[in-house]
Amino acid sequence: MNHYELMIIFTPVLSEDDFKSAQKKYTDFVTEHGGTIVHSNPWGLKSLAYPIQKKTTGIYWVLEYTATPDFNEKFKIQMLRDEQIMRHMISKLDKNAVEYNEVKRNGGFKVTEKMEG
Amino acid sequence: MAKNEIKYLTAIKQEKPKKKFCRFKKYGIKYVDYKDVEFLKKFINEQGKMLPRRLSGNSLKYQRKVGDAIKKARQMALLPYVTDLLK
Repeated sequence: MNHYELMIIFTPVLSEDDFKSAQKKYTDFVTEHGGTIVHSNPWGLKSLAYPIQKKTTGIYWVLEYTATPDFNEKFKIQMLRDEQIMRHMISKLDKNAVEYNEVKRNGGFKVTEKMEG
Repeated sequence: MAKNEIKYLTAIKQEKPKKKFCRFKKYGIKYVDYKDVEFLKKFINEQGKMLPRRLSGNSLKYQRKVGDAIKKARQMALLPYVTDLLK
């Protein structure tokens, strides 16, 4: 089992309920294939840095999960078939990244140190 | 005018330029997050190009990680590929 992080950009035409059902669809897909959800974080509507498919905004969703390595290929096919998804990215998390995400979730982070220099 | 005042034709440099350091090593940051756009903006210039190590002072290990994070952020439209007046 590895840690992965998925970021999806949905089309901005999605309604609130559609967005929720899409989230549920993919979290269920992960759990059905023996994975576990670590954290789900819907960012909501955000403006893009450059237009994708002639749209200037997108709905972001970040999902952290654990799964077996062969699961991601199946997952990608599902996402590519979905017309609501403009772009997706799965990145593997190493132990430092997992730790970082956990600390960030629990609020406390040494922001002042980062801001220097 | 004082008698023993020495004058130079060219001004001598008073202070040395500040030594650059790798902020990741100094503050013990082990993971560069591609989602943290404000932090990544410190390592790109106004056109959205990545700064070289010569300017950022990063060690090679972390410069590579910063580069990967910036490229991921660009893919997910968090940072622009090309732009003007980013900051």
